[in-house]
Amino acid sequence: MILAKVVGTVVATRKDEKLVSQKLLLVRPADPAGKLDATYLVAVDTVDAGFGETVLIVSGSSARMASGMKDCPVDAAIVGIVDTVTTAVKE
Amino acid sequence: MQVARVVGHVVISIKDSGLVGRPLLLVQPVDVKGEDVGKPLVASDSVGAGVGEHIFYVRGSEASFPFLPDTVPTDASIIGIVDEWYSE
Repeated sequence: MILAKVVGTVVATRKDEKLVSQKLLLVRPADPAGKLDATYLVAVDTVDAGFGETVLIVSGSSARMASGMKDCPVDAAIVGIVDTVTTAVKE
Repeated sequence: MQVARVVGHVVISIKDSGLVGRPLLLVQPVDVKGEDVGKPLVASDSVGAGVGEHIFYVRGSEASFPFLPDTVPTDASIIGIVDEWYSE
């Protein structure tokens, strides 16, 4: 799973019928310090995340295991809103 | 499966119901010399690993298998703690 920051929303009128009424957000992967990658992802939101929040993204076929995602054609789902990330200093 | 070092904790209050009660750790993949390789990732823990330990983890949908019959939406799971390794 990766950390990412929500940077926008995606609106799509024509889409797979399994995706109807699912919320799609645009996210950018981030490192634990909060530095953003150059890439963007579209992820289905299952936890009501909002703009600017750091979230946990599950990707690949595991994304279908998020609640309400059974048999949905998704490969990235937001499954948590991150409160804090604690890192230890390398010995 | 890949070897990594546990480097931190991730605390999440609002999460998918399948992740409730599952510890989430930040792991940094390492090579055979113990040097960091690539970017850290978040992994669910099925064995009780702690910060500073070397572990091995599985990626992909198989990462949810340790938690069966529960459905846990995870794509990386810690499945073992390395006592020692040897390589030439």
